[in-house]
Amino acid sequence: MRIPLLFGMLLDTAKDAPESFPSGTRHRVVRVPMPGLRLIGLAVLAVVIAANVGIGVIVVGGALDDQWYDFRDLGNTMDGLRSVLPECMASMGDTCVVPGAYVGYLTAAILGGTAILSFVGVLLVILVWSERRLLARFQVRRGPNRVGPYGLLQPLADAIKMMQKETVIPRGADRFLYYLPPVIVFIPLMLLWGAVPWAPKMTYVDLNVGVLYLVAVTSLTTLAIFLAGWSSNNHYGLLGAMRTVAMMVSYEIPISISLLTIVLFTGSLQLTDIVRWQGEHNVWFAFLLPLPLFSFFFSSTAELNRSPNDIAEAESEIVAGYYTEYSGMKMGLYLAGELGYATATSAFVSALFLGGWTLFGLETWIPGYLILGGKIAFVYFVLVWMRATLPRFRLDQLMAFAWKYLIPLSIASVVLVALEVTLFARWDVPGVVPLVLFAIVNFIFARVAMRRWATVLGYQPELQANAPVMTSGIGGLRAARALRQAEGTR
Amino acid sequence: MPRAVHQLDGHDVGRRLNAALSGVVLRATEEWVEVEAGRIVDALRWLRDDPEMDAAQLSCLTAVDQHDRFEVVYFLQSLDNNHQIEVKAVLEDHDTPSLPSCYSVYTGALLQELETYDLMGIRFEGHPDLKRLFLWEGFPGHPLRKDFLKLEGRFPGLPSFPYEEQGVQAR
Amino acid sequence: MTLLTHEPYSEPYVLNIGPQHPSTHGVFRIRVVMDGERIDDIEMIVGYLHRSMEKLAEERTYTQNIPFTDRADYLAGMSNNLGYCLAAEQLSGVEVPDRAQYLRVIFAELQRIASHAMANGQLVSDAGALQTPLLYMWREREKVLDLFEMTCGARLTTNYMRIGGVAFDPPPEFYPAVEQLLADLPDRIDEYHTLLIENEIFLARTKGVAPISAEDAINGSLTGPMLRASGVPWDLRKADAYGIYDRFKFEVPVGRVGDVWDRFMVRMEEVKQSASIIRQALDGLPAGAHKTDVPLALRPEPGEAYARVEGPRGELGFYLVSDGGPAPARFHIRAPSLINLSLLKQMAVGSSLPDAIVALGSIDIVVGEIDR
Repeated sequence: MRIPLLFGMLLDTAKDAPESFPSGTRHRVVRVPMPGLRLIGLAVLAVVIAANVGIGVIVVGGALDDQWYDFRDLGNTMDGLRSVLPECMASMGDTCVVPGAYVGYLTAAILGGTAILSFVGVLLVILVWSERRLLARFQVRRGPNRVGPYGLLQPLADAIKMMQKETVIPRGADRFLYYLPPVIVFIPLMLLWGAVPWAPKMTYVDLNVGVLYLVAVTSLTTLAIFLAGWSSNNHYGLLGAMRTVAMMVSYEIPISISLLTIVLFTGSLQLTDIVRWQGEHNVWFAFLLPLPLFSFFFSSTAELNRSPNDIAEAESEIVAGYYTEYSGMKMGLYLAGELGYATATSAFVSALFLGGWTLFGLETWIPGYLILGGKIAFVYFVLVWMRATLPRFRLDQLMAFAWKYLIPLSIASVVLVALEVTLFARWDVPGVVPLVLFAIVNFIFARVAMRRWATVLGYQPELQANAPVMTSGIGGLRAARALRQAEGTR
Repeated sequence: MPRAVHQLDGHDVGRRLNAALSGVVLRATEEWVEVEAGRIVDALRWLRDDPEMDAAQLSCLTAVDQHDRFEVVYFLQSLDNNHQIEVKAVLEDHDTPSLPSCYSVYTGALLQELETYDLMGIRFEGHPDLKRLFLWEGFPGHPLRKDFLKLEGRFPGLPSFPYEEQGVQAR
Repeated sequence: MTLLTHEPYSEPYVLNIGPQHPSTHGVFRIRVVMDGERIDDIEMIVGYLHRSMEKLAEERTYTQNIPFTDRADYLAGMSNNLGYCLAAEQLSGVEVPDRAQYLRVIFAELQRIASHAMANGQLVSDAGALQTPLLYMWREREKVLDLFEMTCGARLTTNYMRIGGVAFDPPPEFYPAVEQLLADLPDRIDEYHTLLIENEIFLARTKGVAPISAEDAINGSLTGPMLRASGVPWDLRKADAYGIYDRFKFEVPVGRVGDVWDRFMVRMEEVKQSASIIRQALDGLPAGAHKTDVPLALRPEPGEAYARVEGPRGELGFYLVSDGGPAPARFHIRAPSLINLSLLKQMAVGSSLPDAIVALGSIDIVVGEIDR
């Protein structure tokens, strides 16, 4: 029996394509006529722009500043709720049996959780589409363009397909532990998105130990991945899990050390403070600290399992790594979680190294979250670009890269930065001069140190792209030896 | 007339081979040279090591079922001298044919001997890991033999599988 | 004080790579004994695609057997057709007209471009690139398959060559299309150079991985790009000069150490050389008949023939034995994919899983040809 699809119409847009392709048109795209599509798109665009302009006016006018109901700042609103609700409850007097504080916290938690979850959900829908389209463009393909206008409904169709699929549980799996990881994977993701500083007043939790929180929460995923790999009772899964743990242990260190250089400059662990520092000094840490940026970005790709460091789910070697045995929506959750982490990391790279919501003064006129969104999109684009282009490292190469290369270089850069910070504090000149000087010094240091250290470690000159020898004669071993000799003497 | 472009005359090869290992050549034609099956390894080793023959590479190893006997065919080639030699070994025992393995001379024989064993049923004594290559262990008969279809319970196009119940014909 | 109460030990375990695995290029299975990430032992298990072609061919006429050959190595159908037809012609003494010879060369070399593009793309894909290089290299392959399609109607299983010629003359639109392909090729190859050859990660993954010495390669019956990568300048197009290959000028690329990198680069160079051969063949393409008439059921004299061509994967030999009947008494394909696997164990044991996967990719196996 054929089960009719609820959204079958979504999947079936291609039915308008001609039955058979006439000769010579096989590669031509069949355009499905979509009347009014352009109008709808324009209307949506107009609404979005109007909303953002409105918010921009509010931001510039400062009408909502310091009000508890400032909707731009979810964290502030939550704080306000927590203080306002108990007062309301108290004013009700004896009619209320529940202590007001509980209600306040509970309401705040539910509201905040829902807000983040719905944000991440919408984000994932966009991400799935954009990643697939981007990858397709990199790979001289067209990508999803059949479901809905420009294939925009493809993530929806994907999700429906995933949910319809059976989730097979291997016989030898530890059922309880097998169920947990897809859920656990999402918890750190939500926690991470809570700490993203969107705009000066727009952070759900503005922790004063934000950097520490970031390092702690990102390493939580290892637990889920290891559980998944171990509980599915599959050698590929186990290999993937072991690789993840090995990688996480190695790459936590460069991440922490490179964040340390930032903290040395700003003197604060708070993410909003870090962004503010960059805004005040009109400099991004990307310019000031190129080596920590590289170290942080590369290590993040390792933690994210993104190419070129996706060895934990290396498709060509260990099938899908830790989630080999997962199917249906369980696997979908892993894929979604991976995308979510990639963007969350993009957000933190933008906030820590690319100036967050600041854009050299333009943040006065443009809402901060738009600036950060643009930066996130850029960093995410770089991630997709790397994924589409680069081959994968081997496990031992990756470990060696962390321990022999990134960690010593990061430590060296911490020493250099500490020196610079001391100078910065005592040097009595306008801030721009030393910062420009430091940027130049750090850039030269990064350039020279990376090259020299690689040579010290045995960056082999024979690792060069040598072309084969061309010959017009043929022969066997004797000819081979003669060729080699001729090659040697040349 | 030699068939391939650079094929050595079998008579010539046979004469030299006989001079080195007396009595090893049983027959020689223009195309090929037939050697004693039991001494095939010696003959191949001599052909490989002799500087003039220089049969450095085993190009192809296969077997032919001639209804009453098997012919194992070795195509050797010299890359430096650019010539080919065809060596044959005839196995008169059609039921349990066996022959020494030439893996010790040519490592390239590894899979070709397995293939011949699997499909022809010729045992290569001394092969490091003689097993069925394409078909599973326990497959009845060896398909490339001419009498394969005459095996009991077997007729063209309708194989029966050993793990199925007796008497139930597979589809 | 000792921290460990016992010596640390590790336990080997068995990993089944395949039959369904992204990097086995078909239904090919390797049973790997691993200790951590190190490979201790491997065992190849093939036969999932065994169709018993050699037995089936004994009941079909010589012409009916041609379609079997392009289904053996489905990525190099033209080369297989050519090898088989050469063997059958050798057996029956059929002469091939000049135009057909040229067309055969053109199509065999086009097939080599397509097959090498696939091989190199898959190799990079095995090294971990997310299919971008693969899809880049498929552009040429698509163009070549389009050429096949417009000439003989099929893209993979071409069934194009016939005993005594080729089945069809190419249509008029074939010639501009092949000119376009040849004109685009240098630019495309430059793109691969920037995408891959100047890529540190790709170099680190392929340089010095799974090297095979020239001695081992010759003794292990390796042929084709595998043998040439090991430094042995051996190419049947020059050695045998079958067909009319002695009329074309081309060079043989030879690797230095026989590692995965050399195999990749040898294939890359061969694409250029093939393009040069196609150019020369197009320039010299004579007019005339594209096939001779042969009897529907050939009955060659009793005898045998072994014809071999330089297929994209190596020496592609066809051994035919005739007993005077309309069908061959024995039909054997010397499958380079299978025989090149002889040294897989030597390459894989002691290395790590990623290296073994790349080494397997560099052999460029086609399971249809291994199992037949």
